[in-house]
Parts: sequence; C-alpha cells; structure tokens
Amino acid sequence: MAAKPQFVVIGGGLAGLMTTIKIAEAGFPVQIFSTVPCRRSHSVCAQGGINASVNTKGEGDSPQQHFYETILGGDFLANQELPKGMCEAAPAIVFMFDRMGVQFNRTPEGNLDFRRFGGTLYHRTAFAGSTTGQQLIYALDEQVRRHEAGGLVQRFEGWEFLSPVSADGPRCVGVVAQNLHTMEIRAFRADAVIMATGGVGAIYGRSTNSVNCTGSAQSACYQQGAVYANGEFIQVHPTAVPGEDKTRLISEGVRGEGGRVWVPKDGKPWYFLEEWYPKYGNLVPRDVASRAIYKIVYELKLGVNGQPIVYLDVTHIPRDRLERKLAGILEIYEKFIGDDPAKIPMKVFPGVHYTMGGLWIDDRHMTNIPGLFAAGECDYQYHGANRLGANSLLSCVYGGMVAGPAAVVYAKGLTNGAYAPPPSLLEQAARREREYTARLLKMDGPENPHILHDAMGKMMIEHVTVVRHNKSLEATDSQLCELQQRWQKIGLPDRGGWANAEVLFARQLYNMLQLARVITRGALARNESRGAHYKPDFPDRNDAEWLKTTKASWTADGPRLEYEPVNIKYIEPKLRSYV
Amino acid sequence: MTTIRLKIRRRERPDTSGYWEEFDVPYRQHMNIISALQAIRRSPVNAAGETTKPVVWESNCLEEVCGACTMVINGKVRQACSALVDKLEQPITLEPMSKFPCVRDLIVDRSAMFSTLKKIRAWIPIDGTHNLGPGPKIAPSVQEKAYEYSRCMTCGCCVEACPQFNDRSPFIGAFAFGQVELFNSHPTGALNKYERLDAIMGQGGITDCGNAQNCVRACPKQIPLTDAIAGLGWETTKRAIHKLLK
Repeated sequence: MAAKPQFVVIGGGLAGLMTTIKIAEAGFPVQIFSTVPCRRSHSVCAQGGINASVNTKGEGDSPQQHFYETILGGDFLANQELPKGMCEAAPAIVFMFDRMGVQFNRTPEGNLDFRRFGGTLYHRTAFAGSTTGQQLIYALDEQVRRHEAGGLVQRFEGWEFLSPVSADGPRCVGVVAQNLHTMEIRAFRADAVIMATGGVGAIYGRSTNSVNCTGSAQSACYQQGAVYANGEFIQVHPTAVPGEDKTRLISEGVRGEGGRVWVPKDGKPWYFLEEWYPKYGNLVPRDVASRAIYKIVYELKLGVNGQPIVYLDVTHIPRDRLERKLAGILEIYEKFIGDDPAKIPMKVFPGVHYTMGGLWIDDRHMTNIPGLFAAGECDYQYHGANRLGANSLLSCVYGGMVAGPAAVVYAKGLTNGAYAPPPSLLEQAARREREYTARLLKMDGPENPHILHDAMGKMMIEHVTVVRHNKSLEATDSQLCELQQRWQKIGLPDRGGWANAEVLFARQLYNMLQLARVITRGALARNESRGAHYKPDFPDRNDAEWLKTTKASWTADGPRLEYEPVNIKYIEPKLRSYV
Repeated sequence: MTTIRLKIRRRERPDTSGYWEEFDVPYRQHMNIISALQAIRRSPVNAAGETTKPVVWESNCLEEVCGACTMVINGKVRQACSALVDKLEQPITLEPMSKFPCVRDLIVDRSAMFSTLKKIRAWIPIDGTHNLGPGPKIAPSVQEKAYEYSRCMTCGCCVEACPQFNDRSPFIGAFAFGQVELFNSHPTGALNKYERLDAIMGQGGITDCGNAQNCVRACPKQIPLTDAIAGLGWETTKRAIHKLLK
C-alpha cells in the first residue's frame, strides 16, 4: 500500500460531498467524481427542508420522537441502528449547516425556524426558503472547494463512473471512469471507494429525479457482485406535475404551510385527506397520500375533469406568507404551467420520486464487497418501506458522516503491502471498458435506445408504482427480458469519439434494465403490503413472513433473491395508522 | 401534425468551425426546449430530411435550479428547461453561450466560474464539521436579503450578458460579487471579509465593471447583483484607503 491511503468518492451530491469533507478532515487525499459540476447535482432539487428535532417551538419534540416516526413512517422495514444515529445527530447537522452560512429561515428572535412536514405532528423541518437542498449542497460544495484549495481534494467533474475494480478476495481497489468530453477511459486506484450516486428515477422514464439519476453506477456494482437491497420500494410522491421532459415536484412544504388537497364532488370541494385522516389531514405520509389520490381518481372516478388530476390549493393563504415561505416552489409551478398558484389551485398527480432501496450496506456503510462503501439515496438503509419528508437531505449528510470515517478506518486497517493490487489489474480493468465501449460504438442494429427507454419507463410506471398486481408484475418482468434482448440489437446514431452522449446512454440503458428487473422481481416476490409497496391481493402488512430485507444478487439468469431479518432492537413493530 | 422549427448552432469539436442546422419537431402542449431537444435525440433527422448526429446539450434538474442547461435561446441567455415553446417566436434559435469555450453543439466549459469561486474564497472557514452548536443568531430581515444572493446557481447568464466579460479581459463577472456580498454579510463570514475584498480588488476585479447593468437583467433568479456591486465598490474603496494609510 502507498504511504497514505487513497480514497475515491463517486457522486458530488450531498452524500458524496459530506463523505469527501470527512475524509479530508481526517487528513487524507480524496478524488471526487461527478458527471456534472457538484453544485448541479440532484440534491439541489430538494425544496422543503431537513428534519432535526431541535424543539424550537417548545412542542416537546425530541430525537427519540423523530426516530420513532421515521421507523413508523418506513413501516418498520428499516434496520434501526443507523436511523437512530441519524435522528440523534440531526440537530448537530442542522447547526453545522447554520455555521457554514446556510441562509435558513429565522424566527423573530433570530433562531432557526422550523415547519411541519408529513408523518409528524411537530414543527421539525428547518428550511431555507424553498430551495433548501440547493443551499445545503452549495454549503458543502464550498467546504470541499476549501479543501481543494488546501490540496487534499481533487475534483473530476464531467466524469462518469463505469465500474468498480475488484482484486481477489474480493476487495474493491479502484474504479474505472470515463471523461464525458474527451471520452478518455481511465482506471483510478483507491483503498476505499464510496458510491454516492443517488436514486434510479430514470428507470421510470419520467420522474422527479434529475437527468443523471439513472442508477447506472449502482447497477454496475450489482453486476459485479454487490448486493442490492429492497429494490421494490420506490416512493411515489403525491403532489407532482407531469411534464413532457420530467415530472416536477411540488414540495410537501406546501402542505406543511397549510396547502389543502381536494377534488370537486357534488359541486363542492371535497378535502378527502382531511376527512379520511382527521389527525394528520393533508400531512399523512407520502405513500398514504398517493394511494388516496389513486383511489379518488381510479376507483371513485373523481379526478378533476375526469383526468388523473387533483387540486393542491394555497389560494386561502395570504400572499405575503406564500412569498416569504414558498416563493421558489410556487415559482416553479407558475414558470412551467403558467398559472399563478396564489389565484388558481395547482393541478397535481403522484409522481415517481425516491428510491428507498439501494446497495446493501452494513452499519458502517460498507457493501458486501470489502472496500466498496455506499451513502445517500443509492444505499438502502434509513427509510425502510417509505421515506418521511425532509429525511432525505438528512440521511444523505448523515450517511456521508458515517461512510467517510468508516472508509478511513477500513483503509488504515489494511495490512501494509499485502493487499496492494498489481498495476496491471487496474490497466486490465480500463482496457476491458475501452473494448466494451468500442463494441458499443460499432452497434448498428435497428433498435433505437431511446424508444426502448420510453417503453421501459411506461411499463414500470404503469405496473410497478402505487398499485401492484402479481400478474402484471410477471408480465413486466418478461417484457423487461424482451427489452434486454432488443437492446442487443440497438444502433448508435453517433459513433464519434468526442462528447458522445449516445454511447454513454446505451451503457446506462443496459444497466437500468438490469435494475428494473431487481425492482420488479422484488415486488413480485413480496406478497404483502408495506409502505410504498401495495398489493390489493395482499392488502395487509405481514410481519410473520415479510419483516425482512430483500437482497438481490446478480446472476446470468436474472436476480437471485434472498432475505435477512430486520434489526428491530429499539422499537417493536406495531400497526401503522394515521387515522 | 403541427411542428415547430428549431435552428441550432452546431459544432463537432472545439477546433472545428460551427454551422447551423434546422429541425422540425412535433409540437406538444406545455413543451419546453429540453423536450424539443429530446425529440431530436430520439429521431435525429434534420428539416431537410437527412439523418444527422443527435444534438448534444447539458442538463440535469430541469427545474431551473441547477443551472446546467443554460444556452442562448432566440438571442437571450437563459435555461432551456424553463423556456416554454409557446412563449417563443419561431424559428427558435439555440446557440451555446458565447463567453465560454464550446465543447460540442450546445455544451460549453464553464469551469472558469468555479475557479473564480476558489479565488474569491467563497466559503465560510468553519473550525470543522464536528458539533460546535448553532451558528450566530440572524434577524429575519438580514436572512431574507442574504437569501436572495444564496440562490446563485453559477449558470453564467450574468457574464454572458456582460460587455466587460470576454476572452480579452480578466474581468471575473458579476456572480462573483454576489457571492462576496453573501459571505461578507454573514456574521462569521465577515471575520474574513478582507480576504474576499482583496480578491476582488485590482485587475479583473470590481473596478473593471462597466456599469452596463446587463447582469441584473439577465439573472434568472433576480439576484440584486448591481446592489452588491455598489456596496462592494464602497467597501473596496474604504479598504484601499485603509491599506494606503497603514
């Protein structure tokens, strides 16, 4: 091993940046890779806020209560160790951002202000206007820039991760990545690699995720032996606006500030969430709200103008309050739809939003491959079967705070020299990827990769979201296999060697199809309803058989599913009800 | 079927010359420039019916908050995701930003802006990420002002519109002054305010601003860049006098 351990972080969102800072603070060099400049990562899209039980409002809130609600919100599928640590660390995390200069909203006394979010009765969510994610990622990006100026961090922005490099053991000893402009493919040696590559929204075609949230990186790890856990748990956010290019989220913060959901019934507004769930009203957890909207639209046929639309209404909230607390969110709606939400109720419908499942990791954030870690949305811990609003930014940051130091401990513990991979191993890995890219560039079949992507997305949205039936899941899986066959016959419309987006997309699509099967097979096997996973034929949660984590391993014949028990050492599962 | 006409400024590589290519794309309600570009990628055939290479562009969030998809649309610099076709005159022209090196088609290299952020020390030098309790108390009115500056997404609209910012001038651009204002107005950031002021004094700094005020009009987030420039103009003058007398 070299004198000092080397670290590679893949992904420049909140989790990747936080991991990088923690490693740099420990005094070790880090190379951070991101397909986009870090500050353009998907974390910017988080609007509403970050949870921390600071109890500024004197409501008696506590980290214990936050922990309980996180576990309950996740329908008891989350292992309890890491969420407990996360909820306990949350106040210090928000204070850290406060010290970094994040412009959180303030109370008249000058303290941090907190708003309400779904799945809780407490004001627990700190927020910076309606661009909290943007503010948090800028704060971490700035701190990373400071370490960059100090010489510890090297950025590789505009590089795409292609695959991990494994040595016998197995053990992760580096990565292969590709420059998006020059198309250069290079191997990078590392004693520990931390994946922080976000969610998999692009598998559903249109989602609230950013363009680069393809899951391609996680899939590449999965195909090389990393276990992928709880893939079937995909959060569908109740209030989104479908668009041609993407589904745009309207934050839960809107309901936290008093926004009401309704449809016309007998000529009058029917506030169905408030009627069905009097205690939580419009702030029931997201899976509950999305199912309620599906029921309104598809079962009761009460969608606005017979369409898959419900109203999200803020017209009763004074304009100055809207401007102070929700300006950014409402601006997005007005910008993309053209109506002023202060005057006309917004038209919304549930949209694919968050990936609860992800790379399997232990309590130190290490995958089953030694040396390969994961943090942020791409790991499976923290959120169980459904994520609570404003827990995503928190879990990304906390995940980085655990993964960074854990990777340092791991790398320092490697026996000197004994594990050093021969340089030829890295060169071989790079050559393999160069040869694969060369093969992709030669593909000249009749199939259009974008059409295949559309087909996959349409099918996944229809059959593997809010309501799931075994028959259609089976059909979806076999159609995914067909799409994999058709992928073999794609043709590339661009064979150039400079800034060729098509060759990268072909690779991503292949990887997405692999993970789509993990999601679908996992859903098919799980004959119960839990959190975001709902089967009308099995409408109840079944702890006796299914209080367990799905673990998918890649095989040539498709995903092999195994199960392991959930760590429930702190909170005993009970019925989840928000009525 | 109704179609829309796009006229796109293309370039294969940084060292080849640019050319125009036109495309007809099926019209869809509420469509934006990104969905038009996606349609071209799906079926890369130009208006003359010839198969061509798909147009490449940068994008990520598609909610006008990441800044990636900035380009010049009908002569005006803005984000492609929030440029709705219904509000644009046709043919719609798309060009890469002109103030940055073109990589290919609509992709440019804006890394100079990130280097500037390093130069002006756009961060608060905290003691560490360990738990040191909350930051300073801040009045809501102060927060509200600072929040405006904090929304800068380093998109480059302000410098694209600026007559002083070009490859013959070292001028660092208005976004940098917004960031200095943001950090210097924070109680902890103010502890190092002279480092940032020093970084924007001298060549390429604040005195190179020609006061055209294009930046504030071009900013998609309505950041009061000219307020920052005015305030920092005065601060840097005071700093210069102070240094002179020392």
